[in-house]
Formats: sequence, C-alpha cells, structure tokens
Amino acid sequence: MEKVIAGKTVSVNDEGYMTDFKQWDKEIGLAIAQEQNINMTDRHWAVISYLQDEYKKEVPLSIRKIRNSNVVDIKEFYQLFPQGPLKTAAKIAGIPKPASCI
Amino acid sequence: MSDNKGEVKKMMIILSKATLENVYAAFVLANGARMEGIEAEMFFTFFGLEAIHKKKLEHLHIATVGNPAMHIPTMLGGLPGMESIATTMMKKEMERIDMPGVHEFLDIIKASGVKLWACKLAMDMFHYKKEDLYDDIDGVLTVGDFYKEGAGEGTHMLFI
Repeated sequence: MEKVIAGKTVSVNDEGYMTDFKQWDKEIGLAIAQEQNINMTDRHWAVISYLQDEYKKEVPLSIRKIRNSNVVDIKEFYQLFPQGPLKTAAKIAGIPKPASCI
Repeated sequence: MSDNKGEVKKMMIILSKATLENVYAAFVLANGARMEGIEAEMFFTFFGLEAIHKKKLEHLHIATVGNPAMHIPTMLGGLPGMESIATTMMKKEMERIDMPGVHEFLDIIKASGVKLWACKLAMDMFHYKKEDLYDDIDGVLTVGDFYKEGAGEGTHMLFI
C-alpha cells in the first residue's frame, strides 16, 4: 500500500514499514520518528545510519549485532528507542522489520 | 472493568531447570519480550539457579537422556561424553544463528531492562550465597515477593 509521509508518497506494508528503501530520506525518517513519539538526536541518527549500512550489506539484524556494533550499547539503545528498540529503529530507518527472535 | 483488552504488558518467567535448551528458551522469551516493548522479569529457582551461578553457567549441557528429540537411543545418551558432544554441536549451531553464550545472554537481557531474581528457598537448599551468583542480579526473593513484582494488568507468568 502507499502512504504519504513528509509530503512524499512511499510504499509501506500493513505494519507501516517502508518496502522500498530507495524512497527513504531523512525527512521521511523524521516524520516516522514523530509518529513513534521519538525526538531524534545525533545519537538516534547514528543508530539509524548503522542499521541502514547493515541492511545494505544484507546482514540480518539482532540485539547481539547491536551490542557488538561499537555504535551504541544495549542500555542506550533502549533509552533511545524505548518501546521495542530494533523494530522502532528499523521503521524509522526505512528498512524491513527484523525477523530474528534474538 | 478492565480496559486492557488482552495486551501483554509484562512477562514473569520462572526458570526451574539448568539444561541448556530450557535456559535458552527462557532467555529468548525474556529478551523477545523486551524487544517488543514488553516488560520482563525472571525468577531462577531450583536447578534454574545454575543459569546465574558464576562457576556453573558456562558449563550447562543439553539433556541427552530422556529427551526423545535427540533421536538417539536412551542407552547411548547415557554414555560418558555424550552430553558434551551434543552440547558442542548445539553451541556450534547457535553461534551460526548469532545466539549469544549464557553469560553474554545474561548481560544482554540485564542491559535490556529484564529484572533477574534468585529464589531464596532454592539458594538455601543448595547453600548458595549471593556472591556465588551473576553480579548483576536484582536480588533474592521469596515466591510471594515475586508474585508481588508481577502485580498489574496484562502480566503473564511462564514456568520453564
């Protein structure tokens, strides 16, 4: 389905995850973050960039990858994105919902 | 009337066993809850205490006897070394799917905000002291205290 985010029409799935990463830009990320009640800071963006880089490298995401990322530790990750951090961050990053159970 | 509508708010997970497959099930469920924005607390009782016992937690094994899913005869499962072989094989597979080791998993769930409680009765029974346990546990509780921790709407309890 299609949705207008930050004035742009983008493809999303029924859970609101973008299905075409090429359509993503920072304004869209910001608008999704607002929907999730998250005030984006440089720290948030650092995590988002990391997730996008891993996605481009086709590395499946997990909490352990985050821990070993040297970008953010788990405690801060939960502080930045309190309600389901990996899912929320993936949504803002415009990448698919992580499929791992860890 | 409740307006909770069945939403899961908190998982209270009781671990009573020390076989690796049960310990991992409990950890994955606790971590999975936090990853979904659900609170989680764990209560380690009886043999489950070994999962937070500093000297024992890195030496947990999977069960090769009385475990039909192993698909080996029970007699063979009881031979010396079988548990080690099976555990080594399983650990290799776990590494492949990015499953952390027991200590690392404890670090992850603790940092994720999971509360870790040791059962007072089981501690007394096994003569364990708090110093014997993983440093970051939240405390030693009675069953009643653990139930109190679970107070509130949308709390679910799991016994493993």
